[in-house]
Amino acid sequence: MVLEEIWTVKELFVYPNEYIYWSVQIVMYPFMTGLVAGAFVLSSLYHLFGIKPLKEIAKFSLVFSFALLLVAPLPLLFHLMKPERNFYVVMTPHFTSAIAAFGVVLFVYGSIVASELWFLYREHLVKNSLKIKNQLNKSLTEKIKYWVYTALTLGAFDLSDNALRKDARAIKILAGAGVPVACFLHGYAGFIFGSVKANALWMTPLMPVIFIMSAVVSGVALCMLTYIIIMEIRKFIASRKRASFVYPTLEEIKGVEIYEVQMTAKYLLFFLIFSISLELLDLVFRGYTAVKSWDILRSVIYGKDFTNIFILQYTLGNLIPFILLLIPGLTIRRAILALLLVIFGVFMMRWNVVIGGQSFSLTFSGYMHYHLPIIPHDFETFKEGLFGALFIGVMPFFLFWVLNKIFPVFELKESH
Amino acid sequence: MKRRDFLRLALKGSAALVLVKGGVEIFRPAAGHASLKPLRWVFLVDTYKCIGCGFCVKACKLENEIPFDTNVSRTWVERYVVTKDGDVFADTPKEARYGFTTTRIDLGMGKDKNIPLQNIDKAFFVPKLCNQCEKSPCVQVCPVGATYQTADGVVLVDREWCIGCGYCIMACPYGMRFFHPVHHVAEKCNFCYHRITKDMKPACVQACPMGARRIGNIKDPQDPVAKIISTQRVSVHKPEYGTKPQVYFIGLSEEVR
Repeated sequence: MVLEEIWTVKELFVYPNEYIYWSVQIVMYPFMTGLVAGAFVLSSLYHLFGIKPLKEIAKFSLVFSFALLLVAPLPLLFHLMKPERNFYVVMTPHFTSAIAAFGVVLFVYGSIVASELWFLYREHLVKNSLKIKNQLNKSLTEKIKYWVYTALTLGAFDLSDNALRKDARAIKILAGAGVPVACFLHGYAGFIFGSVKANALWMTPLMPVIFIMSAVVSGVALCMLTYIIIMEIRKFIASRKRASFVYPTLEEIKGVEIYEVQMTAKYLLFFLIFSISLELLDLVFRGYTAVKSWDILRSVIYGKDFTNIFILQYTLGNLIPFILLLIPGLTIRRAILALLLVIFGVFMMRWNVVIGGQSFSLTFSGYMHYHLPIIPHDFETFKEGLFGALFIGVMPFFLFWVLNKIFPVFELKESH
Repeated sequence: MKRRDFLRLALKGSAALVLVKGGVEIFRPAAGHASLKPLRWVFLVDTYKCIGCGFCVKACKLENEIPFDTNVSRTWVERYVVTKDGDVFADTPKEARYGFTTTRIDLGMGKDKNIPLQNIDKAFFVPKLCNQCEKSPCVQVCPVGATYQTADGVVLVDREWCIGCGYCIMACPYGMRFFHPVHHVAEKCNFCYHRITKDMKPACVQACPMGARRIGNIKDPQDPVAKIISTQRVSVHKPEYGTKPQVYFIGLSEEVR
């Protein structure tokens, strides 16, 4: 039996070798890289353009972007039939292929984020390293911490004003260089789909731009959401602790939280408008020009995938959160609902592109239906199924938790 | 830098370049298959001759070790039925590995349809196989160069190097590619390259009882297939994709998908 037969059902005239080869992991791939790019753009808004209200969330987004970045290649790895050969892409890159540069782009982008992170946290690393060094009786964990901090400083212990100024300049340059690279990373994911001339739904030069816009939307939304969750946890902790000079009070946290959320929501709305306009432009253009493939595309878009596209993606994922965010006096609870819907909407957009693009045959006279494997009965159905996708989805949060131990996102006492 | 040093360095540099270039030549797999006389393999399918027996599919699957009962194949035969109402029905039940054993049209999802004979305007069979395109999208998109075109025009897959990303499968407008059920790497028809390079016919050509499938060398003016292609009215499948396919059809009707 062919593996893809597990989740593909064919209807009417479909070529024998056609199946849904790119399944849920390939939905996760642009979704994750989108989040990476979006989170980075959000952090750059502060570092590059000095948009002060975003200060608090900027640091957080950068660390979160790095956590997401480490996960971004995983869906591709999961999807490969020969995952153990993954490094061949770097060994013999065949540059006429849109995928070939993936290793290069990811590495360049990863280096930029890692460097920016280093400059941002160098002072913190040096201070901690020196603090533990001067302690007399070090426990084992402190010794390990000391080694980690000292190794991460890379031997640059200079904390003079001049050195710190240079750090700040480096952050600005890296944030600037990072934005086009982040957009490239994701626009490039769009190009991988948009350049497949055999696929009538994918092939459009708008694809990379649509991908970048929706990437920023999803990244900003996820950062805001995670930010809210963390602030809520901190509020909970603060409410149980007596006010002190070290921990911020409940009111302080509340004030910062709603302020940051309301400010960031404005940028989210802006990118959301761009994203929806581009997608609708694509749809209108296809309908208006109505080339040969339009008959089958129309039957997929307005028929078979109607619920996925118009109900789940456009209405639930775009229109409703748009209205929720637009109504004045945004509350945290309303924001959470809107953000969840926005992230869901972007996920559905990826789904409708990747799965939707394979739901009709190259014959233009048949359809393929996708059934996501839920209960895994071997490793293949795990990684190409619901739990494989969830695993990828949860990983960044776990990594963020680990990273946060070394690069604390929230200082103990802060204010806006 | 002294002139003597410069000359010495230049000499060493060019020697190194020659070595590197030679190394690249040795490891370029396509170069090894180049033959001396001009050769470009092409295929000719005469749809008028096909009777839908499916011997070609059977022979192909056995010859190329595609597990017989799996629902993928390097080649297949399609049946088209055009009714008097203008409706077009097409199917390829089990790639036609057992031929067309019933007049009912396979509609997928376990359904089929009977079309009364008196309602049929025309009906015919079309064998399909890889077009070994001159501008193959599958070669273009392979991220590791595991699929490549030989000097004689055939597109091959290196099973030892394919990472199984499936981009080539997505890129082929003809749906020719699939993952090999056993080797789990990209697989496709290669005109039975292991046979044609030893002066044998591809398995499907040999198995066809009607002579509907023929292979030839378009660069040889004396080749019978080349003569037909250059002197008769032939067409290729989906030329609009710009892939320059090299499987030529006689009687490729407008209904063919």
